[in-house]
Amino acid sequence: MIGGIILRDLGRAFRSGGAWMPLAFLLLIAALFPFAVGPNATLLSQTGGGLLWIAALLASLMPIDRLIEPDRESGVIDQLVLRGHGEGSILFAKQVAHWLTFGPPLLIAALPAGALLRLEPDTLGTVMLGLALGTPGLAALAILVAALTAGLRGSSALAGLLVLPLAVPILIFGAGALHFGGLSALKLVAACSLLLCVIAPIAGGAALRAGRE
Amino acid sequence: MTPAALSLQSLACLRGGRLLFTGLDLDLGPGGSAQVAGPNGIGKSSLLRIVAGLLRPFAGTVQRTGAVALTDELDALDRERTVLGALRFWARMDEAPSARIDAALEALGIAHLADIPVRMLSTGQRKRAALARTLASGAPIWLLDEPANGLDVQAAATLGDVVTRHRAQGGIVLAASHLPLAWAQDVTLHLTAPHEGMLDDEAEAQTRRHRSAHQAHEGMPPTSTGTDGDRPA
Repeated sequence: MIGGIILRDLGRAFRSGGAWMPLAFLLLIAALFPFAVGPNATLLSQTGGGLLWIAALLASLMPIDRLIEPDRESGVIDQLVLRGHGEGSILFAKQVAHWLTFGPPLLIAALPAGALLRLEPDTLGTVMLGLALGTPGLAALAILVAALTAGLRGSSALAGLLVLPLAVPILIFGAGALHFGGLSALKLVAACSLLLCVIAPIAGGAALRAGRE
Repeated sequence: MTPAALSLQSLACLRGGRLLFTGLDLDLGPGGSAQVAGPNGIGKSSLLRIVAGLLRPFAGTVQRTGAVALTDELDALDRERTVLGALRFWARMDEAPSARIDAALEALGIAHLADIPVRMLSTGQRKRAALARTLASGAPIWLLDEPANGLDVQAAATLGDVVTRHRAQGGIVLAASHLPLAWAQDVTLHLTAPHEGMLDDEAEAQTRRHRSAHQAHEGMPPTSTGTDGDRPA
């Protein structure tokens, strides 16, 4: 059943073209940044890693209004609950599907983006490892906030406000791994990610249940 | 397979701080049907959602033997997929063989729409596609919320045939409609508000008609009696 929901969400994301947006967004930022600050290789390689993290964080925000609300509005979530599936497992499936549509494409996009920003291979490796550990947490956060704001008007602005403070720890440790921390900072990224992955389906499920009453 | 059964005991529903109905009892066995009747806003859809397990009852219990399928005003079909594709997803969720989708589309007379995207369908066609999901689910208990809304005369008759066949196979149907449904008349539950004058617009309107008829008879012009009958319920 979880597999069915994941496949459906993946199909929807790639058919609607929305899945390519984070990828295009990351490349766009990496391509524009050298124009904005000048082609200074030292400056670019020093700031590029942090920039990739910010771009990844913002990219995870983009599809928030398409994650839960359309399915709530069209009755899909009602019909799944009716069949005895808990809101938590529905959200977990959606979380996995969301990560698959934005995590791996982002990692792939990080390679050309790293080249555009003149990142050292070591730095790029740390960024990609950090993103691989951090994006599941960002996906979980997006699902949590999408579930919390489902059914509200003007939810995308509110979603941004809710996500950013909660995503700050991942950003701090992820970008921190580039300058000091190293491996221990990456472990903290993984810990934050794990925590969010567990909390999001539970809290989001409770939000959906409360929203139905 | 155990025979399907649906039983409600002294069910009450509280929505938005208002008691919609109380003390509702119902017992349906295999082949049974019931229609929930009553004016708009009386709680027909809420009752169906409580029976489906989507809302918690304020009091009372719901006992179901067998799976439920709900058709309400939300079709839950992916708009960008074809009718067949959207129904296949639900067949996978229901672990139903895909041959049953074809049979359901055939039974509801929309087999020719199988390859049309859901977003191109008309209201009535979308309703029929949603009913096809219920039919293909193989669930013994059907909950139909205003099933005849948007259907033309022929489609409504087809729906009647489908329901009759479902009941002949031991299925249960609980339908909510403000119009009488010929095929779900074993029991008719007339929902009424627990407190007089809270939602009973119809009774109020009737009283008013009565009064103006009486005044016309006496040769007096009917005086305005206000428009409180038009309050949103």
